[in-house]
Amino acid sequence: MTPYERPVGVHPPLDYPAYRSTEFRAPKKAPVLLPHGLTEITGPVYGSSPVTAADADLTTRYPQEAMGQRIIVAGRVLDSDGRAVPDTLVEIWQANAAGRYRHKADDHPAPLDQNFDGAGRCMTDSEGRYRFITIKPGAYPWGNHYNAWRPAHIHFSLFGRAFTQRLITQMYFPDDPLFSQDPIFNSVPEEEARQAMIAEFDLGLTVPAWGLGFTWDIVLRGRSATVFEGG
Amino acid sequence: MSLPITPSQTIGPYLAIGLPWPDGSFVVPQGTAGAITITGQVLDGQGKILPDAMVETWQADEDGRFDHAEDPRGARKPQTEGFRGFGRCPTDENGWYRIVTVKPGTFPGPDGGTEAPHLDVSVFSRGLLDRVVTRIYFAEETGANAADPVLAQVPADRRDTLLASAATPGEYRFDIRLQGDRETVFFDV
Repeated sequence: MTPYERPVGVHPPLDYPAYRSTEFRAPKKAPVLLPHGLTEITGPVYGSSPVTAADADLTTRYPQEAMGQRIIVAGRVLDSDGRAVPDTLVEIWQANAAGRYRHKADDHPAPLDQNFDGAGRCMTDSEGRYRFITIKPGAYPWGNHYNAWRPAHIHFSLFGRAFTQRLITQMYFPDDPLFSQDPIFNSVPEEEARQAMIAEFDLGLTVPAWGLGFTWDIVLRGRSATVFEGG
Repeated sequence: MSLPITPSQTIGPYLAIGLPWPDGSFVVPQGTAGAITITGQVLDGQGKILPDAMVETWQADEDGRFDHAEDPRGARKPQTEGFRGFGRCPTDENGWYRIVTVKPGTFPGPDGGTEAPHLDVSVFSRGLLDRVVTRIYFAEETGANAADPVLAQVPADRRDTLLASAATPGEYRFDIRLQGDRETVFFDV
């Protein structure tokens, strides 16, 4: 049984006071090291919940097309060894073009769009590729600190092949001026890891006279680092 | 080759838009003979319930097998019809989650020994920048628990935070306390 690597400096610390909601939710006691046994190196394999092509297009499932800048978000799911992760479920959710979520707890006074619910999902293909059509989400204010705004982002949920690889994260857009004041983005310790959350504008993926393309590869924990340590 | 790993970010308060599944709670189909339920509340350091968290579980089947290529004994279809090993339940407005499953079997541990019946658990919520991971063990499995190599690493006075117990047969309670005197044991996975 080859364990998965345990990356340092990649994932945010749970105890991060600049993000105020961590105060009463981040555990205080030190975690116990869990060796990677069978429960950890296995994980759910999908097929039971049918995913259709329409689930990957967030713009055309209502009578009228969603409002906003039409974009294509595509890339590959890989592990850090460079291996593609095929046939894995990718789930996304996001705010609309005005920066408003279709959720009862979102009281930001920006318009809802009757033609946009903000949820999508797809399965990666045999080479780990995924592709969504959506609209560019707007930035929105939140109550973390004075004049706090979340940079535009899309929430992503990934399974990979194993329980150890489970990942929920956020994809950001290039050159966002709001990065510097966002504690969630900046909770990631290392610059290289922060950059790994930002999609690239991709003229090749852009569809002429139709929509802008953004490429974003998602890299899950692999096993290579452990091999080097052991070797 | 080592690519830079994509970091975790919080699930945020709006996960209900994209993540709940209609059958998420059902690791086994409704009406499965011998099914158990595991229910509990997720609580913060002030004892307040979390109405915006999500609990996920992953486990072996009743024989302690995984229908997965990485199980060295070979992938094998579970005996329980419709068993998928995985459960997902967002907490409700009172902080409750509920999972319907079967009790997993035992199997060999990575460094020898035998792992007692358990479920791996991920908890996601606003205010958690990364998931927190715990395990649900079963209080009545005293012998298997005493021999479990993972429980052996947990300070003895905190082990009970990992035990689900059933007041009524088959109906287990397992609360998750993110902080406080009885903070649940979380694992570095």
